[in-house]
Amino acid sequence: MPIEIKNSSSQPLQIDSGGRLLHFLAIEGLDRQRLLQLLDSAAQFISSDTNVRKSQGSLLAGHTVVNLFFEDSTRTRTTFEIAGKRLGASVINLNTSRLSTRKGETVLDTVRTLEAMDADIFVVRDNSSGTAHLIARHVPPHVHIINAGDGRHAHPTQAMLDMFTIRAHKGDISKLRFAIVGDILHSRVARSQIAALQILGAKEIRVVAPATLLPTEIERLGVTALTNIDEGLEDVDVIMMLRLQLERMEGQLIPSSQEYFRCYGLNQDRLNRAAPDAVVMHPGPMNRGLEIASDVADSDRSLVLSQVTNGIAVRMAIMAELAGMNKE
Amino acid sequence: MKLKIKNGQVIDPASGEDQIRDLFIAHGAIIDPHKAGHEFSADSEIDATDQIVCPGLIDLQARLREPGEEHKASMQSELAAAIKGGITSVCVPPDTNPIIDTPAMVHMIRQRGRRLEKARVYPMGALTTGLRGETLTDMATLKEAGCTVLGNGDNIIENTLVMRRAMQYASTFNLSVFLTPLDHWLRGNGCVHEGEISTRLGLPAIPEAAEVVALARDLALIETTGVRAHITQISCARSVEKIREAKARGLNVTAAVSAHHLHLSEQDIGDFDTRYHVLPPLRSLSDRDALREGVSEGVIDAICSDHQPHGLDAKLAPFSESEPGIAGLETLLSLTLQLVLDGVISLPEAISRVTFNPACILGIDVGRLSPGAPADVCIFNPSLKRKINVGDFYSQGRNSPFDDSSLAGQVTAVIVAGKVVSI
Repeated sequence: MPIEIKNSSSQPLQIDSGGRLLHFLAIEGLDRQRLLQLLDSAAQFISSDTNVRKSQGSLLAGHTVVNLFFEDSTRTRTTFEIAGKRLGASVINLNTSRLSTRKGETVLDTVRTLEAMDADIFVVRDNSSGTAHLIARHVPPHVHIINAGDGRHAHPTQAMLDMFTIRAHKGDISKLRFAIVGDILHSRVARSQIAALQILGAKEIRVVAPATLLPTEIERLGVTALTNIDEGLEDVDVIMMLRLQLERMEGQLIPSSQEYFRCYGLNQDRLNRAAPDAVVMHPGPMNRGLEIASDVADSDRSLVLSQVTNGIAVRMAIMAELAGMNKE
Repeated sequence: MKLKIKNGQVIDPASGEDQIRDLFIAHGAIIDPHKAGHEFSADSEIDATDQIVCPGLIDLQARLREPGEEHKASMQSELAAAIKGGITSVCVPPDTNPIIDTPAMVHMIRQRGRRLEKARVYPMGALTTGLRGETLTDMATLKEAGCTVLGNGDNIIENTLVMRRAMQYASTFNLSVFLTPLDHWLRGNGCVHEGEISTRLGLPAIPEAAEVVALARDLALIETTGVRAHITQISCARSVEKIREAKARGLNVTAAVSAHHLHLSEQDIGDFDTRYHVLPPLRSLSDRDALREGVSEGVIDAICSDHQPHGLDAKLAPFSESEPGIAGLETLLSLTLQLVLDGVISLPEAISRVTFNPACILGIDVGRLSPGAPADVCIFNPSLKRKINVGDFYSQGRNSPFDDSSLAGQVTAVIVAGKVVSI
């Protein structure tokens, strides 16, 4: 009989025994019903009705949200800030470089210090995979962690806003084919998108990249890996582009930006290979002329700005859920 | 001091003995039972009924953290932990601070070890000065100071010409070299096996090729130089094949595996559990099974603890920033016995992997119960299951993923050089 290993992750971190959401760390581990419920609740926050807006304005009154960003970000941090403020919470932004924490104070020390200031929700971003999990494992039960991106691992609120946007523009996800194109290897966005699309029953998920940017055994996540973009885009309904971080490429993962655009950039010709009403998404910020041609980025097929707007609603829904304030 | 260990199941892999009898010890050495006879008047006796009596365990790779990292552990704490785990001899890699590349360091560590009167310590001399992989150490002098083997710790010698010359020079003085194959470039900043889990968790990965490429290079050089070499740790199926092939070709090579690689896999990492962060990384389940197969066939000669005690902070960090390693001295015996329970090998074979075989690899005269051999003995109850609690560890390192597991094998008495060492 093999040894029974007691693994610290045998009890899920995100959900308590009563099924309540404690933290929002990754899409993996959440079920279809919960994802749909969060997306539905986000829809309420996007209402243009001012009466609804006002009633939401006090949902998190008296709560403190700390945006703890160990890695630079403007877009994500701002949408979290707006989401928190619209719900009536006090929002504190902390952009601290981990370089200073490395000099003595550990990640956990930083969090404990802030915890002592009565924060209720931490929105955490870090360039190491697993930081949000680490913090979630060490905070008292009334403190909630939202993962705003950990290394290459997960960016679950981004995936949720993508799902929200897809449902709004294309309807039922289970009837659609998807292509995720770009630096899959380093992308936390891609990993969370794949997980969400899987759970919501997407018809087909393809990932497209040169072999240097495809992680090993990616097929185990339930996707088809392709190195040819023309094949990859054939008949898909949704094209999800990823941001290419040139500074990570070291001239080895891809030889040059010119060659990358030639082989993997999304231009009008390639877009034409997809289904006639296919839409294009991008988590931003876009590198025009590197992963996407300007005319495609600005075309009516692009949902980029809609993604940003929806990001606020989705983050409001997640914060409200964590604070236990969502209407049943 | 005369000691009689009564009625135990004596297992001595060196002679193939496995029978219930009394074991006699006098003046620090094992006595021939026929010669001891009735005239043997023991000063003290140990009743070993229903227990196994075997040579004290020999651990080919344990970091004691002294000198250099006393905030993590000390020789005092770790050698006591060794004894608690039934280990009577410990080989210490040269990557201490200062590095073991001078006779003075060898003397210092040996002397400190002797004074503590716990387990024996065998310092491994550095193969290159400062472990930098550039110039050879004074190997003959290190041997004279007491090193039986030389190695370069986890610092791989990148320059193949230096490696070849180090092997040639070591073989000149009949010294074995200990090699840890890991290609620097392919390893990069990786921290887990490249496979499903690294992809799911988005962690920088170490491909198995990082080990296989380096191993293939080292084996080619071992073959041309004829040096006696030991591969300190392998982690994947392809490496088992390479060693099997090398042995079939008649190379003078042995290999070891850590006890945890025989029980754990990448799957155990779960949600970034840093206790499973080790180097080489835990690989796939099929790699683990191939390692077990290698141990059972004898392709892998020895099982080591790869003991690496850490303070709490070392593991309280994001996975890739946490420090690799498991505090393994106090679970080596149990994890080895678990292989018997799992049907991988017989009990005498399991014992040989942690006693006689490592003794041969180190070229030392312990690890056997033959008359005249130094009396290093481990007595344990094989059937008693105990719950591992890292809080009870003698080691200052509490970093063990086996915390809270029930493991077989409880050490009841340990004898070093004929003296009972208190546990």
